[in-house]
Amino acid sequence: MTAPKVRFTFWKAVFLVIMAAGVYATWVRFRHGLGASTNLSDQFPWGLWIGFDVMCGVMLAAGGFTLTAAVEILNIKRWHSILRPTILTAFLGYVLVCAALMYDLGLPWNIWHPLAMRNPHSVMFEVAWCVMLYTTVLALEFSPIVLERLGWKWALRAVRRLMIVFVILGVILSTLHQSSLGTLYMIMPNKLHAFWYSPLLPVFFYISSMAVGLAMIIFESSMSSKYFHRELELPILRDIGRVLYIVLVIYAMLKFEDFYHRGVLAQIFQSSYEQRFFLLEIFLSVILPLVLLSFRKIRNSAHGLYLAAVICLLGFVTNRLNVTITGVENAVGGRYSPKWTEVVITAMFVALGFAIFAVAAHHFPIFPEGKAHKPTLRKRANVRALIPEMLHAEN
Amino acid sequence: MSFGILYDASMCIGCKQCEQACASENGLPYDNAIGDQNYTSAYKYTTVLTKADKFMRRLCMNCEDPACASVCPVGALKKTALGPVTYDKHKCMGCRYCMAACPFSVPKYEWGKAIPGVRKCIMCASRVASGKPTACAEICPTGATKFGDREELLKEARKRVQDNPGTYLHHIYGEMEVGGTSVLLLSSLDFQQFGYREDLTERALPMYTYQVLSRIPDFVPIFGVLLGGVYWITHRREDVAEAEAQEKHAEEKGGVQ
Repeated sequence: MTAPKVRFTFWKAVFLVIMAAGVYATWVRFRHGLGASTNLSDQFPWGLWIGFDVMCGVMLAAGGFTLTAAVEILNIKRWHSILRPTILTAFLGYVLVCAALMYDLGLPWNIWHPLAMRNPHSVMFEVAWCVMLYTTVLALEFSPIVLERLGWKWALRAVRRLMIVFVILGVILSTLHQSSLGTLYMIMPNKLHAFWYSPLLPVFFYISSMAVGLAMIIFESSMSSKYFHRELELPILRDIGRVLYIVLVIYAMLKFEDFYHRGVLAQIFQSSYEQRFFLLEIFLSVILPLVLLSFRKIRNSAHGLYLAAVICLLGFVTNRLNVTITGVENAVGGRYSPKWTEVVITAMFVALGFAIFAVAAHHFPIFPEGKAHKPTLRKRANVRALIPEMLHAEN
Repeated sequence: MSFGILYDASMCIGCKQCEQACASENGLPYDNAIGDQNYTSAYKYTTVLTKADKFMRRLCMNCEDPACASVCPVGALKKTALGPVTYDKHKCMGCRYCMAACPFSVPKYEWGKAIPGVRKCIMCASRVASGKPTACAEICPTGATKFGDREELLKEARKRVQDNPGTYLHHIYGEMEVGGTSVLLLSSLDFQQFGYREDLTERALPMYTYQVLSRIPDFVPIFGVLLGGVYWITHRREDVAEAEAQEKHAEEKGGVQ
């Protein structure tokens, strides 16, 4: 979002303010420890940094495996042009998740320990390995873009030849750890509220990660078209919107079946603290996007797709926060809300994600040839125009 | 042989000597103010709760199949053969999954420290290893906290419940909870009143995750072959179509000639 050109824009100012606050919060975190920098407690060992930075971070980066599977394995050629920005988004997502984890770990310099100390019965052990390997795979999937730039033909040929191996590995690793983030909670049958604790929790995490991956593709393409003044790949986004619709329908049906078989359906209509958060989640993640995408006019328009995708993203972010925070609050007897330092650090990583994407898109051939971006054409980002357009999309 | 602790609330007089002995054994400060704290923390591993004239201890249950040890990605928490569940700070990376997973919310964190660790009762692992009882059991003046072989303690607990049906609830807390715990509790007052959950499953919690994790070794090769197969089919189809088009093209050319 920040143009590398030295020009003062609104978003650059926002970015600098967030970064300054983030640097200060970083100092508080590492100088004074987790107690001084977070609202975490013995009751709430996990808060915003696990709930958003890790849980949502990994989920929001799921577009990488979803799209590589579609393009490279299912051989859907017409989606090829959006592959690179999607892989970049995913790679950035995982790097930022790893960086954010350094803040949350009590002893971050021991982060390499799962490499040397094994406990195969631990879901966290499996997630640690998968995330580490998949970040490597994403780096390899992204490497042709760097190698092209460097002109290392030999290495480029080797990577291209092995690409299908990386892609298959990436899909397997993603399937494992996207679902395992749900499996983390399987050991808490007496802690997590019945709205979220289910034997199908890993399946829900996996399917929702695909939905989020697709929604992120729409979100990222829309943003890129806006801020890099690129032609929007509308036909592709329409396809993606249709697939998103199908994934959401499958998710909704499974969710209903699960609630029915566990006898939780009635609780949806009983007023409770959890019920309000659950309704918010389910409206945003499933119901509203499905309703929006049911209208041909919306699902065929750029703004309509953008709106549905953003609502869907917000919904599944709510879902992950509900699992990590809302769902355990009553069991541990208390309420958690993040401290300002926690919010600032999280905001810093989100801002870094946008900024690094913008810089990378400027320096590497991320977008397809022919429609190659011309830095000279870059104009000042007009954010305020976005909001009324989003509202119009509904009509 | 696996050791355990039997705490019998009906014999407890609430003198809190166990708290004090625990503190000095673990090198923790102890004074009247800390004695008044009715919760455990990174600086107090056990506490004696009071409800009217009834008492109840809280301490790590040292589960037979502990959730904390099962979830620890680096194996910092371990169930030893002698009974105690121990912790190794040198291995720990501070993910705090043990705290999230523990059904009794036992592990506590040193939130105030820049180099923090997990803290909990480890059933005096080094004392037990050298054949001594836990500090709390040794000091207990009434025998309310008793140390010994878990099986023997369980038999004794059953006998006490059977012989004095009026004194105790018909429930030995820790016999079945989450697959059994090394610490066993007897009480006349509902355990729930002291924060012990009565709705815990009798299944060992690690089994919940193991039933998912154990499928991975099968899943990886099968899914890999499946993806490879789909890749082969989708690309083969393309090759065939291309070859056919070329053939047709050649035929048409041939037909004209």
